[in-house]
Amino acid sequence: MKLKVPSTAGTMESNDVLVSIKPAKSGGIQIALQSNVMQQYGRRIREVITETLEELGVENAEVEATDKGALDCTIRARVAAAAYRAAESSDYHWEAKK
Amino acid sequence: MKRYTKDRLRRSMMFVPGNNPGMIRDVHIYPADSIMFDLEDSVAYTEKDTARLLVYNALKTLNFGNKEIVVRINDLSSGLGVMDLEAIVPAGVHVVRLPKTDSAQDVIDCEKEIARIERKHGIEVGSTGMMAAIESANGVLNAREIAHASDRLIGIALGAEDYVTDLKTTRADGIELLFARSMILNAARSAGIAALDTVYSDVNNEEGFIAEATLIKKLGFDGKSVINPRQIAPLHKVFMPSEKDLNKAYAIMEAIEDAKKRGSGVASLKGKMIDKPVVLRAQRLIALHEAGLRMDDGED
Repeated sequence: MKLKVPSTAGTMESNDVLVSIKPAKSGGIQIALQSNVMQQYGRRIREVITETLEELGVENAEVEATDKGALDCTIRARVAAAAYRAAESSDYHWEAKK
Repeated sequence: MKRYTKDRLRRSMMFVPGNNPGMIRDVHIYPADSIMFDLEDSVAYTEKDTARLLVYNALKTLNFGNKEIVVRINDLSSGLGVMDLEAIVPAGVHVVRLPKTDSAQDVIDCEKEIARIERKHGIEVGSTGMMAAIESANGVLNAREIAHASDRLIGIALGAEDYVTDLKTTRADGIELLFARSMILNAARSAGIAALDTVYSDVNNEEGFIAEATLIKKLGFDGKSVINPRQIAPLHKVFMPSEKDLNKAYAIMEAIEDAKKRGSGVASLKGKMIDKPVVLRAQRLIALHEAGLRMDDGED
């Protein structure tokens, strides 16, 4: 997936995460993370963000995430939404639940 | 394998806005029989994509126990409904709630899309259930055809806010909904599916809510949509059989068993013959009571 424009998804409400993504030409996936549970889950949140973008075929991006205690599924949803918006794409890849 | 069961307890169907991660996280703790994630009216047009992705990811990863999982999609004519189906059918939704159902053709069109998506993902065709919400004068007048339009339908529901607007009236004491409720109930029963009542929007008026719940139970409805967890316990209480009715139901079933043992085809209780409708009512009451006890385990 090729990112074209900066985009955001999510909110600053409790249990949510606000994700901003900017396209980048190189440098891989760079994440600036703020979280009220940084100590316990900071590493895990970064992993989920990276995994989600890699699954969508995004190789380079600047990501800013402000986490308010979001579950993994919420982080995935917000990162994916921001990525699709940044790619100006509605070609979603839905997969069946295993 | 079918993801839905036609015959199950549906006293309460709790609306959860599809773009609210906090409510989605907490919903499993509430004792509603069904949870309905909403992608339609509670989601702003500019956030349809984020809500769809959130509900998709939640359905794929969270465990909602033995609750029935329903998703209200946008109507198909908006173009958004099919996009919603593309996400939620593979994610494992039990029942798709179709809004603004005006005719049997609306149900048939939605079913075709669901079947196409099931096929695409290697999901058994027919495994996803449907329910239709009727929200217009046309829909009410077509209720019977709608209720019979698909084998996937588990029930039909009244969506009162749009309906009263269509009728050029407003929500009041319930008299304005009597015709629609009666039509929907009779249509549902003629098709052997559930009849589900509309929301009661004033969450602070518990007395009014209980009065409405009592009315729809008397009419014969299976249950009602709720918009706040506070409405669940009073609603379940309304649907709980009284001790007197329950004792009578057990006595009827005992009399039937005694008659069977004696080899008699005729059972009676206190001198009155017990005929088939009486037995059916007793069986339903006991089933409702037992199911209620199971489902409400841990409820206030």
